[in-house]
Amino acid sequence: MALLHTVNKSPFDRNSLSDCLRRVKPGSSVLLIEDGVYGALEETSVSDQIVEHNDKIKFYALGPDLSARGLNGKPLIDGLTLIDYDGFVDLVEECSSVQSWL
Amino acid sequence: MNDFEDDEFDGPIKKFMYVNRKPPYGTVYALEGLEVVLITAAFDQDVSMVFVDDGVFQIKKDQETSGINMKNFSPTYRALEGYEVEKVYAEKESLEARGMSRDDLVIPVEILSSTEIADLMDSQDVIVSF
Amino acid sequence: MKLGILVNEGPFTHQASDTAYHFTKAALKKGHEIVRVFFYHDGVSNANKLADPPSDDRNLVALWSSLANEYGIELIVCVAAAMRRGINDDLLAKGFKISGLGQLVEAGILGDKLVTFGD
Repeated sequence: MALLHTVNKSPFDRNSLSDCLRRVKPGSSVLLIEDGVYGALEETSVSDQIVEHNDKIKFYALGPDLSARGLNGKPLIDGLTLIDYDGFVDLVEECSSVQSWL
Repeated sequence: MNDFEDDEFDGPIKKFMYVNRKPPYGTVYALEGLEVVLITAAFDQDVSMVFVDDGVFQIKKDQETSGINMKNFSPTYRALEGYEVEKVYAEKESLEARGMSRDDLVIPVEILSSTEIADLMDSQDVIVSF
Repeated sequence: MKLGILVNEGPFTHQASDTAYHFTKAALKKGHEIVRVFFYHDGVSNANKLADPPSDDRNLVALWSSLANEYGIELIVCVAAAMRRGINDDLLAKGFKISGLGQLVEAGILGDKLVTFGD
């Protein structure tokens, strides 16, 4: 059973991403949405949080939220997949349950 | 007859986990979250209540709220037992990070590590966060 | 897939209701079923028909009403949270209904997945 975890706050502002990653099991998916998409940026002071888990967890970010924040074209963490709302729906369908780290 | 119409619910039983991560009083989530848990138990669902991160502060003893004129709802956690919500957990790492132990808590809990919390989360049908 | 949607925040202050709306719309367009959308905490404000944002910005109250009208989905506002915040039947936008927390629990039971949008 693989969970989908969503993180909607910036890792520079809140602990939601690190709190999530402390409890996420290998094979799960983590989707960054809303302000959480700042966590998708490569080579920031917080990128390592995701990089360290990259081999065990599938990471996604919501494209429309990145575009809204002027982050289109900014390098993202290697291996992270951009999706849209349709992709969000698909991820929910594939998972066993959803945990939102608010 | 609809499963939900009778006084005695006889529909499907799912595993519901309520994840409490916020402290009390600064925001409403702890209080209104607790209200959902009690209703879920009344539906005879398999309820787990998990206190992690700042959520462990919700069940801290000695809350005295007269100075801020807010209702002290910490005694309400004792109602969980009466509603047969027996799966109540607090995360070891969250307690320790905050200098707390089970002696600081207003109700008895099972203390789990973050790995055990992750395992528990993985086994749920419905996870609700406030 | 049958989905329950929980919206914990009001329109405008947080993006939660926007994200919930876009997600719900995408799910409906893909042919999924929405058991109901349940509005809790400050999410009850999404039902306030008096909301009057500038005309060049989205009106989430109207958008939710339209979605309910187009797809026949249930938009439920929690009675306890609504009473605390002064939302009553007179203030409800089209398509919204006030009901109890049991409707949220039922959405969790009847749905395949429950997705929470909040702060």
